[in-house]
Amino acid sequence: MHPAATRERVIKPSSENSSRPPDPGSASGVAVELRGITKRFPGVVANRDIDFTVRQGTVHALVGENGAGKSTLMKILYGMQRPDEGTISIGGEQVTLHSPADAIARGIGMVHQHFKLADNLTVLENTVLGAEKLHGIGARARRRIGELSDAYQLGIRPDLLVEELGVADRQRVEILKALYRGARTLILDEPTAVLVPQEVDALFANLRELKAEGLTVLFISHKLGEVLSVADAITVVRRGTTVASVRPEETTSQQLAELMVGSELPSAETRDSTVTDVPMLTVDGLHLSATDTDGVVRDVLDGISFTIHKGEVLGVAGVEGNGQAELVEAVMGMVDPDGGAVTLDGEDLSHAPTRRRRESGIGYIPEDRHRHGLLLEAPLWENRILGHATEEPNTRGRFLGVPGFPELLALRDARTDTERIVSDYDVRTPGIEVTAASLSGGNQQKFIVGREMSHHPKLLIAAHPTRGVDVGAQAQIWDQIREARREGLAVLLISADLDELIGLSDTLRVMYRGRLVADADPATVTPEELGSAMTGAATGHLESDEPPASAEPPASDDARPENGTGGAK
Amino acid sequence: MSRFRSKFDGYKLLLALAAPALALIAAFLLSSLVIAATGKDPLHAFAVMIDFGSKSDSQVWIINKAIPYYLSAAAVAIGFRMNLFNIGVDGQYRVAAFFAAVVGGALSLPGILQIPVIIIVAMAVGAIWAGIAGVLKTTRGVSEVITTIMLNSIAGSLIGYFLSEDRLAVKDGNLFHTPNIPAAGHFFTIPTDPKPIYGTVLIAVVIGLAYWFVLGRTRFGFDLRAVGRSESAASASGVSVKRMVVTSMLLSGAVAGLVGMPTLLNESYNYGTDFPAGVGFTGIAIALLGRNHPIGMALAALLWGFLERTGIQLEFEEYAQEVVGVMQGVIVLSVVIAYEIVRRYGLRMQQRKVGEELSARARTDANDDTAEVSA
Repeated sequence: MHPAATRERVIKPSSENSSRPPDPGSASGVAVELRGITKRFPGVVANRDIDFTVRQGTVHALVGENGAGKSTLMKILYGMQRPDEGTISIGGEQVTLHSPADAIARGIGMVHQHFKLADNLTVLENTVLGAEKLHGIGARARRRIGELSDAYQLGIRPDLLVEELGVADRQRVEILKALYRGARTLILDEPTAVLVPQEVDALFANLRELKAEGLTVLFISHKLGEVLSVADAITVVRRGTTVASVRPEETTSQQLAELMVGSELPSAETRDSTVTDVPMLTVDGLHLSATDTDGVVRDVLDGISFTIHKGEVLGVAGVEGNGQAELVEAVMGMVDPDGGAVTLDGEDLSHAPTRRRRESGIGYIPEDRHRHGLLLEAPLWENRILGHATEEPNTRGRFLGVPGFPELLALRDARTDTERIVSDYDVRTPGIEVTAASLSGGNQQKFIVGREMSHHPKLLIAAHPTRGVDVGAQAQIWDQIREARREGLAVLLISADLDELIGLSDTLRVMYRGRLVADADPATVTPEELGSAMTGAATGHLESDEPPASAEPPASDDARPENGTGGAK
Repeated sequence: MSRFRSKFDGYKLLLALAAPALALIAAFLLSSLVIAATGKDPLHAFAVMIDFGSKSDSQVWIINKAIPYYLSAAAVAIGFRMNLFNIGVDGQYRVAAFFAAVVGGALSLPGILQIPVIIIVAMAVGAIWAGIAGVLKTTRGVSEVITTIMLNSIAGSLIGYFLSEDRLAVKDGNLFHTPNIPAAGHFFTIPTDPKPIYGTVLIAVVIGLAYWFVLGRTRFGFDLRAVGRSESAASASGVSVKRMVVTSMLLSGAVAGLVGMPTLLNESYNYGTDFPAGVGFTGIAIALLGRNHPIGMALAALLWGFLERTGIQLEFEEYAQEVVGVMQGVIVLSVVIAYEIVRRYGLRMQQRKVGEELSARARTDANDDTAEVSA
């Protein structure tokens, strides 16, 4: 079920470079060993009894739902968190890590999901920053960077400003930074989340290079196809504990996904297209310009036109920062566009305030739920009211029924309904009085989805609806979107997860520099084709040259949403 | 779940009591240290204060003093609840009281009309004065902290300009004041012995109730608090943040406009050079002390009045006159710190509880799962 290419794996002991690793070439050399790690971490599922061993010179993948405790575990290994119980051994020696500096001193390096680079400094300056003692800040440092770049084929250009670099290049700078500080074990936290498929391939080539040089890579991901293609060993984490250690050649992504969720995944059913010819949202010639920090006026949105029909999911692909966020804000009424029209179900909403749009039937799953979806310090039931304060069941009309008097909140009904959302949408919380901040990301997201769906929207704007959400919650959210779609919901889906886009959408558009530059049929398009359109390399209608059989999106992530329209078209 | 919730609520109550208890003990100890450092007996000082403060004339004095404090605190708290720092209550109430006094002195209507007219003028002037800061913030992005401080100063100069004989004031001995409000415009008093309680205490009660009702029970209040908690989330939820800034500044200013009413309608009946100043700043301390809570602020205002009243007596007992000021400062600091400590502790405990409960649940689930997988 995997394309043969992804199976190709270079597993060779790093005998070329025998001088540097303490125990070179030996596959049995243990780089990192964690035993019985337990961490009670506020609010999220705690780590408990984590056990696993990472062998030297391998790419070791740690997979699991988000919120399963992978990131916490990595923070423990990087000295950012202290475990409550358990031991960490590095290179066979038991250690206590008090800070990242301790971890770095022991050869652990970390590339965070969100890069920690100073945009206004050069690559060289970013690299030496904080590590000036190693090789100074001048010629010696430059030489060392050159050596590392050549040895691992990182293609570093030390004098460019970081702000001029793309995401993939920034990631390489982060890897360089870790290597420069003497890392022998690299932790990469969801490194592919921000990359397009071509960049992922390049990253994996780098990782194989690192491995060949005897370095160890700990790779965190929930994209199973990638994990299977690059890892030498896989450890599965579920609900805070390690449930299995498997070898990639002995498993399939289906089995991995089941290990991650702990139960069988819902099987894919073919479903007919639910797309109707009744337009629900029409966006016509939307234009928005903004002044950036240098005072230059840019077109953030330019000539955006599309129609979403009842029962249709329109997916917008694009590298982040190409105007998707602004498009969402313009449709939500959070920014006022300079030109163009937004019509929902025949109602002109071009310049309507956000509240009126919500009342007219727009549901919103924001990209950043902490900034736009929740009041973190307010109890859950107050979050139930957020965004729907003027709608049933949260309101009970005006005080004494007199027009002009303040509208009253129906606090009891809102509480009752919060209980309902918590149970219907499987939000794991001990109660509705706890603050939203106490829940894990997946549960926060399920709560938001439940809240928005409870008002039976005509249009759902879903921006990265399953980002940072565990596989179980992901499947639930997809199901809910599909179910609502069957009942005539129109969905504007923005996502960086191409499998999600291809699987859920009925129509695909690609956004590049504020314009919709390409469209594609999700039944035939491949992530690679989308990827090239996302970088501006391809425009127009994306037509696959290959026969559909091989162009079918890799079944690698079996947890991806099934293609709802593939069968119908 | 219900078991958890009841446990949780008991816990909440305990936490709610812990903060003021902690604050009082800390304030008591620190004040004692300060008094002891001046070479006096702290215990005797507290005895004097309690003894003097509980006399009936002191009680009336304290209540009357607490009315403007409470109104001022409510005005500040409206801003606090949406993350606006209205430092300008001081200027707002003085300008408001001044113009209300001018209007009240110029009119002679029956009391049933005269008093509402004066009050409405005061609220309107206060709202306008605060609204300037709100408009500047939304249109020009100027911090309300800066503008309200500036407006305080402008308010002082404005009043000073008009408060002269050839303009809006009359000369009375060494003092200038606006013409007296006719007797029909005097607010009623509640007869007590030896001095009456001001009837304007009713205004404070009404404002307290309205504050509780509007903020806690209405959609508007929810929107206001949402903006205070997260501007971005509120805006995404459909609240117009800019309009909310202006509206809440207007409301805050309108309540600030009432601060001068107890003095104007129950005591002086005119605005003179001796009209009390600085109540707006006291209001900030009381809002902090009362945690923006309608009842908390009432208790805080009474405590403040109590300290001021008994401070006078301490001077007779030859304690340093600054002792009461130090105590007030110590109390505010203790309360703010104690609440923050207890809040953080409570949040951590809550998160730990959520985490424990969920991982306990996950453990049982996981055990089931492993059974399934191995089977």
